[in-house]
Amino acid sequence: MNEALTVKDLFVSYHGNEAISDISFAIKPGNLVGIIGPNGAGKSTLLKALLNLIPKDKGNVQVYGRSFQEQRKAVAYVPQRSNIDWDFPITVLDTVLLGAYPKLGWFKRPKKQDKDWALHCLQRVGMESFKNRQIGELSGGQQQRVFLARALAQKAQIFFLDEPFVGIDAASEEAIVAILKDLKQEGKTILVVHHDLSKVNDYFDQLILLNKELIGFGTVDQVWRADMLSKAYSGQFSFLNQLGVEM
Amino acid sequence: MSFIEAVIHYGFLQKALLTSVMVGIICGTVGCFIILRGMALMGDAISHAVLPGVAIAYMLGINFFIGAVISGVVTAMGIGFVSQNSRIKNDISIGIMFTFAFALGIILITFMKSSTDLYHILFGNVLAVRSSDMWTTFGIGIFVLVSIYLFYKELLITSFDPTMSAAYGLPVKVIHYFLMTLLTMVTVASLQTVGIVLVVAMLITPAATAYLLTNRLWIMIYLSAGLGVAASVIGLYFSFTYNLASGATIVLVSTLLFLITFAFSPKQGIVWRSLKIRRKKASLI
Repeated sequence: MNEALTVKDLFVSYHGNEAISDISFAIKPGNLVGIIGPNGAGKSTLLKALLNLIPKDKGNVQVYGRSFQEQRKAVAYVPQRSNIDWDFPITVLDTVLLGAYPKLGWFKRPKKQDKDWALHCLQRVGMESFKNRQIGELSGGQQQRVFLARALAQKAQIFFLDEPFVGIDAASEEAIVAILKDLKQEGKTILVVHHDLSKVNDYFDQLILLNKELIGFGTVDQVWRADMLSKAYSGQFSFLNQLGVEM
Repeated sequence: MSFIEAVIHYGFLQKALLTSVMVGIICGTVGCFIILRGMALMGDAISHAVLPGVAIAYMLGINFFIGAVISGVVTAMGIGFVSQNSRIKNDISIGIMFTFAFALGIILITFMKSSTDLYHILFGNVLAVRSSDMWTTFGIGIFVLVSIYLFYKELLITSFDPTMSAAYGLPVKVIHYFLMTLLTMVTVASLQTVGIVLVVAMLITPAATAYLLTNRLWIMIYLSAGLGVAASVIGLYFSFTYNLASGATIVLVSTLLFLITFAFSPKQGIVWRSLKIRRKKASLI
């Protein structure tokens, strides 16, 4: 089976300062992958580099064996909540409808079938009764679900989520995780930048452990080990003890 | 003689009215995208930055429209270049570049040895609109409105979520500079009615008023254009009747409409909000 996402020798720097270096990994379809690592480890940088939003010094990213540029439309991105202007004059349904834009291309307007599909995606995240609300009127968890619905509307093969569980309620987190697991069952590939280490075991199949360079990549069992974690989180042992990791 | 009779009798007033209506529409429309992208300051900067281009175009005897667009877009690029390649933030960069362009423009205009020209460019004089100016405004207006209609989807998504837009392959920077180009064109169209100094009010005040009234972008655009037209027509009426500076009067009317909305907007108005809070507090006693 072809790899869904292949990253080879990825190097990224900001103004000549190394941000991440020498990252290589390959992910098969149907996996839910957590990108973890301490603050400043380059998790968001990695995501931006994968999405081609920032220039790479070296390396290449392939999606289903072809270059990212050719496969842009197979990729959906859920931004961090803090990056969105929640006062923007847009309703919930229209936000989800934005997911139809990449496939529409220039000039074409969304049609009835696109709107029906957007509504269907909104139903899937359980937010259809809010469809005419302005997005700022929702709670954090609801907002995150709406943006997940937008990603679903893109009919993508690979999903990137940037810290989706920050500042949201437990019910929304559960609902989002359930949908991500469904997507995985459908053969989609999901990468989640994840900050909170407490539920790593329950959520993910594979982990990318990062601290400027790739500390570990593999199944949760292979990566969620004391030696790996202490290498990534050097100097933060007490914090690891609290999580119950054997030192 | 009443305003309406005067409009029927005087060609110059008809031109003034038509031109201000068109300016109200295009400023209101473009202004929506300007405020949603947090570029109000940029709007102010670019409108001032057309001055050297206008001056050079006058000297060379070419259409001042071309000069204005070039100097506006060059300034926008200069602002972007400085802020992206140093620790200088965007607002600082704007402050440096637009005052430079404006100062350069003032020096160039003094070579033209006509202070009335400078005065008219800075503050506008809608009652002196010539037919050629009116048609220039009309042409610009059509171009701007058609552009926004055609690229509505792209303007919407790049304003709302530039990261997603870039991720799916939209040329976000090109769209930004395209909007800057529209902005300079709108500025040129507004030179005669409100002048360079006050154009920014026509761009952001009606759009901000509309922003308080709706949660849908397309409604906001129609409202903003309508408010721009209302401000222009009412302003022109007072300007003609009481012999006041046209641009300043239009801007005052526009601000008044904003203040009324700020107080009484159904969802955002401060009057209803404080009433609601008081009622809520009273119910708890």
